[in-house]
Amino acid sequence: MVRMFDTLSERLESAFKRLRGRGKLTEDQVNEALKEVRTALLEADVHLNVVREFISRVRERAVGQEVLKSLSPAQQVVKIVHEELVGILGGSAKPLSFSPKPPTVVMIAGLQGSGKTTAAGKLAGWLKRKGKRPILVACDLQRPAAVQQLVLLGEQVGVPVVTRDGMSPVEVAAAGVEEAIRTNRDVVIVDTAGRLHVDEELMQEAADIKRRINPLETLFVADSMTGQDAATVAAAFLERVDFTGTVLTKLDGDARGGAALSIAHISGRPLKFISDGEKLDAFEPFHPDRLASRILGMGDVMTLIEKAEEVYEEEQARELEEKLRTAKFTFDDFLDQMRQIKKMGSLKNLLGLVPGVGAQLRGMEIDENQMTRTEAIICSMTRQERGEPALIKGSRRDRIARGSGTTTSEVNSLLKQFDQARKMMRAMAGGGGMPSMPHGAVKQEQRPKSSAEKRKPRPKPHRPNKKKKKRR
Amino acid sequence: MTIIWILIGIAVLGLLLAGVALAGRRGAVEAPKAPPKAGPAAPPPPVVEAPPEPWPGVEIPEAPPVGIPETPPVAEAPRWRDRLSRARQSFGANLTGIFNRGSLTEEDWEDIEALLLQADVGVVATQRMIADLRERSKKETDPEAVVQTLHAELVAILGDGDRSLARNEGGLTIWLVTGVNGTGKTTTIGKLAGRLAREGKSVVLAAADTFRAAADAQLETWASRSGAEVVKHAAGADPAAVAFDGVRAAKARGSDFLIVDTAGRLHTKTSLMEELAKIRRVVEREAGPPHEVLLVLDATTGQNGIAQARAFTEAAGVTGIALTKLDGTAKGGIVIACQQELGLPVKLVGLGEGIEDLAPFDPHAFVDALLD
Repeated sequence: MVRMFDTLSERLESAFKRLRGRGKLTEDQVNEALKEVRTALLEADVHLNVVREFISRVRERAVGQEVLKSLSPAQQVVKIVHEELVGILGGSAKPLSFSPKPPTVVMIAGLQGSGKTTAAGKLAGWLKRKGKRPILVACDLQRPAAVQQLVLLGEQVGVPVVTRDGMSPVEVAAAGVEEAIRTNRDVVIVDTAGRLHVDEELMQEAADIKRRINPLETLFVADSMTGQDAATVAAAFLERVDFTGTVLTKLDGDARGGAALSIAHISGRPLKFISDGEKLDAFEPFHPDRLASRILGMGDVMTLIEKAEEVYEEEQARELEEKLRTAKFTFDDFLDQMRQIKKMGSLKNLLGLVPGVGAQLRGMEIDENQMTRTEAIICSMTRQERGEPALIKGSRRDRIARGSGTTTSEVNSLLKQFDQARKMMRAMAGGGGMPSMPHGAVKQEQRPKSSAEKRKPRPKPHRPNKKKKKRR
Repeated sequence: MTIIWILIGIAVLGLLLAGVALAGRRGAVEAPKAPPKAGPAAPPPPVVEAPPEPWPGVEIPEAPPVGIPETPPVAEAPRWRDRLSRARQSFGANLTGIFNRGSLTEEDWEDIEALLLQADVGVVATQRMIADLRERSKKETDPEAVVQTLHAELVAILGDGDRSLARNEGGLTIWLVTGVNGTGKTTTIGKLAGRLAREGKSVVLAAADTFRAAADAQLETWASRSGAEVVKHAAGADPAAVAFDGVRAAKARGSDFLIVDTAGRLHTKTSLMEELAKIRRVVEREAGPPHEVLLVLDATTGQNGIAQARAFTEAAGVTGIALTKLDGTAKGGIVIACQQELGLPVKLVGLGEGIEDLAPFDPHAFVDALLD
């Protein structure tokens, strides 16, 4: 079986088990760790040559480095790897540029099926939300009904679409730019046909379109599920259309997205946008550290912490902590917390950010309406019942179900889950030990692990012993 | 420190809700099962359009500039090799280069490993294969023999079984086509319809991709090239209802084939995978299990291909893979892992945008192209 959900940090921890307590990272240690890094990157679909170069850079940085006080050697290596990844992915990250003399012309190019037309529609919607006046141009005359698709997308996001019959793609593109000037639009998004990078004729056509409309931005659209071929394709597109940035699509799947690293490394062009959902607003500027964490199979704790800090008052958080720790967690607290968390965004997205949990629940779709129903159930309980769930027996359950417009079985399952959750909290609090920390990004913080692991106490994070160091 | 507890809170809350949601869903799914065989209640009359009218404003390239060669389908195997040869040099040339140097050093083995990895074969499968090869080639000094061992190994993994698409001779054959977004499902169906039309079969296509904008128009364009009929509903309709109408229409017309197109869906979206399972159930109830459930896999797909194959097999009982876009530089090595781990055979390969560019999968040609 492929160990699909193993995170790099977990692997490194196990590789380093015998190697704790050293002051500096030795070459052997680093090499051992880098084997794991190599496997993780390859499984994330990073191109082999990119992996090799990357590894040698990390090795150079890591050997001989002091292990920071708060980190174990494994964490130290992950920290370096993470930093290097962020460097490649976002070293030169720039937002979309706009021409001082509108319209700004944006050309979209890529392989078939990478999601160009959808990305074009989403980009138009995003620009519109940013207060721009975009216009779309349908130059994909290759795939049947591609023009129709763009017209429908344009309607959905409320952006006009230029279509022309009986013209070549190059002419349509030029006509689109003229139309934009005539109708006073400030961004022109030119959607082109998908083309294979080895198709000389079509690559020439793309180069011709580019020469004719002279776009300020040329976006290369890449599927995040692409494997090793991403490097070859990116190199070919760079050579022929010299793209200025990459749009990474289909990130709502469970691919690690290592292709992005290959593309960024090979082309030296920044990733500009990610597209991660069926809805047309699932499109946003790219965050290098998020993807770096994803490639390494880690959650994105920083974003989560930021979000939590936005909605939680310090006092509130402390109270919550106390309650969770002493397992005096009642339905009232649960309701409170649920309402706070609701403010932080969709639960599914939040869970995705929690390391460990993210991987387990990524495939699970959580019905946000369920939250509303759960809320209704709790609100139908009396104050006393909320404090002492044990009170809730047969007839009370029926009453609560009627009051909340749910079924008795739903009430039952909530009670059961709640009870289990309390037990779990008690086990955690009783165990005393907290899970070890994930990686350097989370200073001094510790992370929750997946539910199974929560039950057992984890060893305290390793702190190198100063005395030992002197002795060596 | 406090933040941790918030994190734990979120995790606990998430698990709790997920548990409740699952319990709730189970209840919800079972409930409507009670009135069985009711069928999709009062299905809207099937909209069958024979040769569809082209969409206004859509230019349908009668003959796409990227050659649709006028060659008959007989020449498929050689054509495939020919197409592959574009991409062939890197892998094959390197490999023979390595082996021709004589005795095998550690570095050579690393190079072989690298070549397999670069073909998207995957870390686990590659390491397993290399270990095996090393074991077998211990006493071997002739590099050619090692090449042959690897070749044989790859062919053996892919298997030499029957790869023709299952048909229901004398009755209605139903093929269901699935896959993630953008792999080429509709295009593959268009090509399949074209092949069947040349055999003189009557074909109905069910446009059960009611999600993506203009997906049905794309299917209709393909249908017009092969003279197949298209059953479709309005955008956003229940795809299972389209499949239902497709079965009804195909039966009423006494057609030979029904091919059901489905919307591209990421395998991680539970609700969409459930929708797919429902499409299959409806077809199965009306006409028995589909004769083939094809997973269309893009040759450029990396290690995620395994996860896709696994999830689609669970939801819809995939019987074979159609490997598309093999005319680029991607090797499609992920199908080796699909065969090894899931026992899913590749049945078709897509080699371009023309209606003729679909060939039966030939493991020897595939491996030849890799090792040459």
